[in-house]
Amino acid sequence: MKREVVIIGAGVVGSSIARELSRYNVDVCVLEKASDVCEGTSKANSGIVHAGFDAEPGTLKARFNVAGSRKMEALSRELDFSYKRNGSLVLCFSKDGYPQLEELKKRGESNGVEGVTILTGDEVRKMEPAISDEVVAALYAPTGAIVCPFGLTIAMAENAAVNGTEFRFNEPVTGIKAGGDGFVVTTDKGTYECKAVINAAGVYADAIHNMVCADKIHITARKGEYCLYDKKVGGTVSSTIFQLPGTYGKGVLVTPTVHGNLLLGPTATDTPDKEEVNTTKVGLDTLQATAAKSIKTVPYRSVITSFAGLRAHEDGGDFIVGESSVKGFYDAAGIESPGLSAAPAIGEFLAGEVAGYLGAIEKSDFKATRKGIPNVALASKEERDRLIKENPLYANVICRCELVTEGEIVDAIKRPVGATTLDGVKRRTRAGMGRCQAGFCSPKTLEILARELGTDITKITKHGEGSEFLSEHKGL
Amino acid sequence: MNTKIAIIGGGPAGLAAAVSAYDAGVKDVVILERDDKLGGILNQCIHNGFGLHTFKEELTGPEYAERFIEKVRERNIECLLKTIVVDLSESQGGGVTVTAMSAEKGMFEIQAEAVVLAMGCRERPRGALNTPGYRPAGIYSAGTAQRYVNIEGKMPGHEVVILGSGDIGLIMARRMTLEGAHVKAVAELMPYSGGLKRNIVQCLDDFDIPLKLSTTVTDIKGKDRVESVVLSKVDEKNNPIPGTEEEIPCDTLLLSCGLLPENELSSMLGVDLSPVTGGARVDESLETSIPGVFACGNVLHVHDLVDYVSGEATEAGKHAAEYVLGKTPAGEEASIALETGNGVRYTVPSFVRPGRLENFLTVRFRVGNVYKNPEICVYLGDKCLQRRKKQICAPGEMEQVMIKKSDIEAMAPGETIRIAIETEQEAAQ
Repeated sequence: MKREVVIIGAGVVGSSIARELSRYNVDVCVLEKASDVCEGTSKANSGIVHAGFDAEPGTLKARFNVAGSRKMEALSRELDFSYKRNGSLVLCFSKDGYPQLEELKKRGESNGVEGVTILTGDEVRKMEPAISDEVVAALYAPTGAIVCPFGLTIAMAENAAVNGTEFRFNEPVTGIKAGGDGFVVTTDKGTYECKAVINAAGVYADAIHNMVCADKIHITARKGEYCLYDKKVGGTVSSTIFQLPGTYGKGVLVTPTVHGNLLLGPTATDTPDKEEVNTTKVGLDTLQATAAKSIKTVPYRSVITSFAGLRAHEDGGDFIVGESSVKGFYDAAGIESPGLSAAPAIGEFLAGEVAGYLGAIEKSDFKATRKGIPNVALASKEERDRLIKENPLYANVICRCELVTEGEIVDAIKRPVGATTLDGVKRRTRAGMGRCQAGFCSPKTLEILARELGTDITKITKHGEGSEFLSEHKGL
Repeated sequence: MNTKIAIIGGGPAGLAAAVSAYDAGVKDVVILERDDKLGGILNQCIHNGFGLHTFKEELTGPEYAERFIEKVRERNIECLLKTIVVDLSESQGGGVTVTAMSAEKGMFEIQAEAVVLAMGCRERPRGALNTPGYRPAGIYSAGTAQRYVNIEGKMPGHEVVILGSGDIGLIMARRMTLEGAHVKAVAELMPYSGGLKRNIVQCLDDFDIPLKLSTTVTDIKGKDRVESVVLSKVDEKNNPIPGTEEEIPCDTLLLSCGLLPENELSSMLGVDLSPVTGGARVDESLETSIPGVFACGNVLHVHDLVDYVSGEATEAGKHAAEYVLGKTPAGEEASIALETGNGVRYTVPSFVRPGRLENFLTVRFRVGNVYKNPEICVYLGDKCLQRRKKQICAPGEMEQVMIKKSDIEAMAPGETIRIAIETEQEAAQ
């Protein structure tokens, strides 16, 4: 198959690049090894739009973080995903931390982060009554925000698809050959001849890069475990609460999510296995104990789930973004935190670079906006009435915890880059994300998936082949 | 729309409450049910053993439900199916505004003079247990698996480990075995089972399925589908003991680790909830902290037998009718609190207004541990009124005592009613 550009990876970075590149008259294909967008690092992170005071000035992390953070709010309106500017606090527990706090403030200022101030312990507790009495001071960044990482990724992918980008799932890239005036990308299903390749392969970006480039890079998967708590304790804090950073990134944070849950995490442990997304007793105990430093009471009994994600930490410690040593091969590698915040800016930058390289021109018919799936749970009575009149399926509640209706689930399946798995439906609609964790809704969601996809219920998976739920009786 | 009594939920509790309210003289009753049929979770409980108390015969879940659905039909009680209640609030002029949603009616409100909460319960999921490990396919709560097997006719897995020995887990151990699966073990965190004795015998012992007490799941392996689980013994504080790990290859983990009353709507209404049961705090009439709002069945406290649910709901329906008809006995005298003594986790009701009693007060409760040869003791003030010997009391089985109205009326002001479990050893001390 011939394509002008192949993007490898449909996480938040790949989807952002795809969306930005779909502004241009370029034939783009996104290859994803998983069954859906947002299946790797993008689905298991803190959901934070970092203000940008943490990254060392002059690094790509600083540059794309601040730029991405500035773009995010407008993007959330354009593409209709959940975003909330809730501000962030970095807590300092002893006077010894003051110099570090000052340093962070300076970093923030030189990175161009607006409104960074230092508050006293009492000022912090006035703002956030749940904060520990041990806190003596904190850095406050009003531009810190929270975002739905699934919503962001899916919105960008959908918008890219509407503007002509092709997404191919369950296609791991097995080889790339550079030659002539382009590349041949091989997957387990076929080959793609293209002029440019963009590597957005997350924790595997080193493997993809090293297929082509002589200068090797190396990515370590750094596991972060999280606990998510019931919405009834979602109001514990309103800002995102960090602790002064240690050796491994930004430490354990305490934050509300855009959907109103409380989230604690992540831990940081390096793992040689790039699929090791299990949680551990030590990890979960550690993160709750560490979070207990920040807030007066950790609502242990209200946990509704725990999960782990892997950050792609490159040995150099910074993002690798731009054209590699091989012409036409572009990297977005080592995108660990603040990668989610940076994604919109990385996408815009790389799309510009690649378009320039190909001499592509902007489309006249680019559709810049996208409307998300109606959200019955958040809709007013009048809106619900209107939705139900339009389609009675919007009255049929499937997930009672999050009040997700059959109409929304059918939408999730039928939209561009639609859901084909239970996890896909969950990330698009929140069905199964509530306190019963899909106990009641999963049988119904499986039925709807099977019906809408025209397949048997035993073929429906959690997240792709091998994760089937149901089978026939043996011997039948 | 207006109604005298709105019943939230068309499972066994809602059905019995509706019938009894009707029979007590309130014909204007409406049942709101989110599913497309009445009967609630009984519809997927195709095993027998239901109705021994109520009908003196052994019925399956659907048969038991049908008996009550028939009574509802005979009385032409209005049932709104595929209707989900999304909000309950106190109305300005008294009563409750029920906000509901259905394909047929869109968003609509019902003004009800009284409400019976009968929403049932849900299962505690893996997330709430915070069990570490991977998150593959193949982990189901026992009730979800029951639905797959009994309603969808599909197998949720073939090599099965069950965590928790609640009744649904036990029933599913047998069901999965009968359907051709291999149930390798049932692990129970506590040193005793959380289910009924008869279920241990009929569902595990009869099929040689080992019950591993003081054991929990400490790891789940498998990235796409469950490949194994690790079981560990726990100490007396329920912490896993290092070195006791046993990895069991399997493709399925079923969870039967407790049921949680589903009181989201009750909270919206502002009903006082008990932190122990997760259900409403009620008085002798099963009336909650909000006048005219009654609760019964598993939304009030988790029952072991549906017969008791029906019994309790029958009372709740009757009292709701009395409330609507203005027949609630004048009983505004100070209420008497029920206290939990040694070994008793909770009581339903939490308080009693003696003047509202007919002849007896029925107190339902559960114990917090296994007691051999205990005595169930009822104290009115300092005086021990009743002392009933039992062979065994266990957390999996609901207990009940009856107290005469006249005895309660004879209590001195400020005294409380206390239910306690006493054993010989304790008595000796």
